[in-house]
Amino acid sequence: MTALAPRSDFPLLARQPALRYLDSAATAQKPTAMLDAERAFYENHYANPHRGAYALSARATDAYHAARARIARFVGLADAECLIFTRGTTESLNLVAATWGRTHVSAGDEIVLTALEHHANFVPWQQLALERNAVLRIVEPTTSGEIDVQRVLETVGSRTRVVAFTHVSNALGSITPVAALVAELRRRTDALLVCDGAQGAPHLPVDFDALGVDCYASSAHKLGGPMGIGALLARRAILEAMPPYQTGGDMIEFVHDERSTWNVLPHKFEAGTPNAAGAVGFAAAVQYLDALGMDRVRAHEQALVAEASERIAALDGARVYGPPAERRSGVVSFTLGDVHPHDLATILDDARLCIRAGHHCAQPLMRRLGVAATARASFWVYNDRDDIDALIGALERARSLFGLAGV
Amino acid sequence: MSDRAATEAVYQELLLDHYRRPRNRGPLPDADVTVEQRNPLCGDILTLQLDLEEGRVREAAFTGQGCAISQAAASMMTQQLRGKTIDEALALRERFRAMILGDAEAARDTSLGDLRALSGVARLPVRVKCALLAFSALEEALKGRDARRATRDAADEDGLEP
Repeated sequence: MTALAPRSDFPLLARQPALRYLDSAATAQKPTAMLDAERAFYENHYANPHRGAYALSARATDAYHAARARIARFVGLADAECLIFTRGTTESLNLVAATWGRTHVSAGDEIVLTALEHHANFVPWQQLALERNAVLRIVEPTTSGEIDVQRVLETVGSRTRVVAFTHVSNALGSITPVAALVAELRRRTDALLVCDGAQGAPHLPVDFDALGVDCYASSAHKLGGPMGIGALLARRAILEAMPPYQTGGDMIEFVHDERSTWNVLPHKFEAGTPNAAGAVGFAAAVQYLDALGMDRVRAHEQALVAEASERIAALDGARVYGPPAERRSGVVSFTLGDVHPHDLATILDDARLCIRAGHHCAQPLMRRLGVAATARASFWVYNDRDDIDALIGALERARSLFGLAGV
Repeated sequence: MSDRAATEAVYQELLLDHYRRPRNRGPLPDADVTVEQRNPLCGDILTLQLDLEEGRVREAAFTGQGCAISQAAASMMTQQLRGKTIDEALALRERFRAMILGDAEAARDTSLGDLRALSGVARLPVRVKCALLAFSALEEALKGRDARRATRDAADEDGLEP
C-alpha cells in the first residue's frame, strides 16, 4: 500500500525521511502548495482587505473572498457568504453556543449532545446549560463507541433546543451517519442541529447542503491548511437571526454614539482584520485535497486503518477500541497490555513514530470506555504500509521492554 | 525523538516492579494532609496523603492513575519519605528534582534510594513532568510547614474532618 500523496509534496516529511507521522488527527503536515500560496499572498497581494481605496487592497480583498468561495465549494456550501472564517473548530462551536445559544436557550430547555464529543463540542454547551439553567442531556454511545440514531431520537424531547454531535469521533474514528440522523431529527424537532466537522472535512467527502445540519464547524490545520483558521458553515436564516459574536471593525454597518448596526454576512461575524493569508492557505489546502479526490482519500485511509487495526489486534494483550474499521475514519485507538499509552508514545518515539497518547480531549467518552487513556495512531494521505510496519515493530519492542514477551 | 538507550535505561525491572506492585498505594485513613495533583495535558491524577507526627512523616501513601513513570515515582517517593522530617522530605525533593533535570552528581546520591532508577528521565525531556508529579504533590502538601508548624497543625486537625 503506497501513499496516496508523495512525501515529497510535504517539506517536513521530505526533509525527515525516517519520520513516521501518525498523528494527523491532531494536526496534518503541510503540502508545499499550501505554503507557497500563503507566501505568494504576502509577497504579491498583501494589504488589509476591505479597507483600502487602492488597487493592492482590492486584490487582497479579492484573494480573501476567492478563498472563501473555494472552500465553500469543497464542503458543498452553495451560499459562500454563509462560510464564516473563525480561528478553528473550537471558536466556531463557541460562536454558535454564545450567540444562537444565548438567545434561544432558556431555563428548563434541553441541550442534547453525545458522549463522543470532543471537549470543544461539549464544554461550550455544558457551560451554556449552566448559565441558562438549561438541562444537558447526554446520549450514551453504543458498546462499539458509535452514535446510535435511535438513542439520539429517544433523548430529544419537546424542550430540546440544540442537538450537537460530531461527524467523526476524534478519539475512536467512529463515523456518524449524519444524513440519516438529520433526516430523522427533522421529523421530530426544530432544534438547532450542530455538527463538529473537525475530523470530518479532512477525511470524508463533505456536502454541507446535503447533510442538512444547521451548523458545521471545521479547522484548516487538520486538512493541510495553516494553523489559526477554520470555518463555521451555517444556514443563512440562522446566521441572519444570530447576534454578532465579537464587535469591532469590519463587522459594523454604522456606529452611532449610542448603538450600532451590523454589516451583512459574512462580515457580521468577522470582526477585526481578517486572517486573509490563512484563508488563502486554507483554500490551497482544499484545492490540493480536491486534486487527490476525497473519495480516494477516504478509500486510502480505510485500507490503512483496516490493516493497522488487524495487525495491532493480533498482538497479545492489545485491544483496539471503536467500531469495525469500515465504520471508522483514519484513526486506530488502542491499548497494549498494561503499558500505559504515554510510555508507549515514548517508546515509539525512539523509532521516530509520532502517535497521540491520552484522553484525546474526550474525557466523557474515556470514562464510558473505562480507560483513562489510549494510544491513537491516525493516518492521512501521506501514510503507507511502511508506517504500519514500523508501528508494529515498535509495539513489539514495547512489549519486550515491559516484559510482555511471553504473555 | 527520544533515544533508545535512554528509554531502555528508564524502563528497567525496578521501575516496572514499582509500577505493577506499587508500595504504599491506597488511602491513608489517619492522614493529616491530602493533596491532589493533576496533569491536565495527559489526565494523570495523583492523590498524596501524609500522616505527620512530631514534624516527621509517619506514613505516606498515594492513589491515582497514570503512566509507569509517574506511578513508580509516587511509589518510590512514599517509600523514601517514611520517618523523614519535613526539612529532610523537602531536601529529598530538591535532590530528586536536580537528578531529573540532569545533575549527574544527584543521580549518584544513595539517599534517593529506588528513586535513582528514574535518573534516565533526564534524557526524556517530555516525561520530566511525569516524574515530578508526585514530588509536586509533596511540595504542595508541605507548603508553609516547618517542623514545628506541622506538629501543631496535626494536633489542630485531630478529630476534625478526615
